[in-house]
Amino acid sequence: MNLQPLRTTAILLAFAIVGTALLALTYQVTRGAIARQEKKAKLALIGQILPAASYDNDILHDTLILPPARLLGTDAPTTTYRARLRGRPVAVVLEAIAPNGYGGKIDLLVAVKADGVINGVRVVSDHETPGLGDYIEIAKSDWIKVFDGASLAKYHGEDWQVKKDGGQFDYMTGATISPRAVVKAVHNALRYFTQNRAKLFARQALGEKR
Amino acid sequence: MSQPQYAEIIKNGLWTNNAGLVMLLGLCPLLAVSTTVVNALGLGLATAIVMTFSNGAVSLVRNLVPHEIRIPVFILIIAVLVTIIQLVMNAFMQPLYVVLGIFVPLIVVNCNVLGRAESFASKNTLWPSVVDGLMVGLGLTLTLAALGAVREIFGKGTLLSGINLAFGESAKHWVITIFPHYHGFLLAILPPGAFLGLGFLIAAKNYIDHRFSAARRRRADSALAASATAG
Repeated sequence: MNLQPLRTTAILLAFAIVGTALLALTYQVTRGAIARQEKKAKLALIGQILPAASYDNDILHDTLILPPARLLGTDAPTTTYRARLRGRPVAVVLEAIAPNGYGGKIDLLVAVKADGVINGVRVVSDHETPGLGDYIEIAKSDWIKVFDGASLAKYHGEDWQVKKDGGQFDYMTGATISPRAVVKAVHNALRYFTQNRAKLFARQALGEKR
Repeated sequence: MSQPQYAEIIKNGLWTNNAGLVMLLGLCPLLAVSTTVVNALGLGLATAIVMTFSNGAVSLVRNLVPHEIRIPVFILIIAVLVTIIQLVMNAFMQPLYVVLGIFVPLIVVNCNVLGRAESFASKNTLWPSVVDGLMVGLGLTLTLAALGAVREIFGKGTLLSGINLAFGESAKHWVITIFPHYHGFLLAILPPGAFLGLGFLIAAKNYIDHRFSAARRRRADSALAASATAG
């Protein structure tokens, strides 16, 4: 009987097992550090749109799980972070998704103050064209700050579009699709906030885990 | 087989058989990320690191792997290495990972890595293989950076934009604006611009090679003529 095929198979299997073991080991070693880094990155992003001095609660634990909502563009539950100062609502940070970017979904964090005014918006992740549509990221340009101070009271219906479509929001020539998607998503997130304001700030015990 | 000389390996990797300009391998990432110098350097250096390690690993196990299954084994090794590098970078070198992270998974499908494993590392001992991987990787990096520079200058009118992502906010003033108030040239940023730019770079390399060999021939000819008159 020819044992050659069996031997070859065994060698391939051995390589697969060693490779998998190495990966499992690396994953175990790095998992904790990666989770810490991700939490830090998220906090840093939230820190940009919500100054740490403006609230005094543990924002990462004062959270609310929101069911998927059409206005947020979400199809899975998302986490809302609630900021309070001496127990009074200051702002919420909503996770919203713009479904119609040039390269697919654009994940956003939208900080809305208790009075419905936007404190800041940041892109968490996107697949827009590098060097073209990616100016929606704060790392590439300051464009995303056009939303600072925006509210449903300041801009009405038609204003919530890029200037090219007759709205109030700037964009860069040659890349209209990305900002168009972001403007619409931020507008919808504000409408969601207005409709659900009471619910968003409803108090579960501080720091309660769900 | 005889051991190749290190000088030969270095010259081959960086110039004679440059992965981007001569072998024309790995064009997919080449087109995708060479929109700016910083992006291009990022992918190039990440690829060079992976190639150094993968060539070394493949060289070490080359006598254990039967010929028929060498390709799946090499791909397995490369995929494992890339994933380990990605995890380690994410955990311990976060700022670098933020810049290079999106490029690292692309490296698995870069045929340069498998190409060197197959054509060099599987036939040579550890250190020549490591040097070969590093040099081919650096050669690719230089090509990518040159292409990135051409596309960035014509596409955006700047050089080194985005450098602050790698070196922090203080590096922001390193950005060189070549053409102030430039409105951008979209074609250079889009993939066709990458093809065009690469074409010009290849032409430039061929021109230089041509000039060198012509000069060498002339020297040989004149030496011949001198000896003829002397005789």
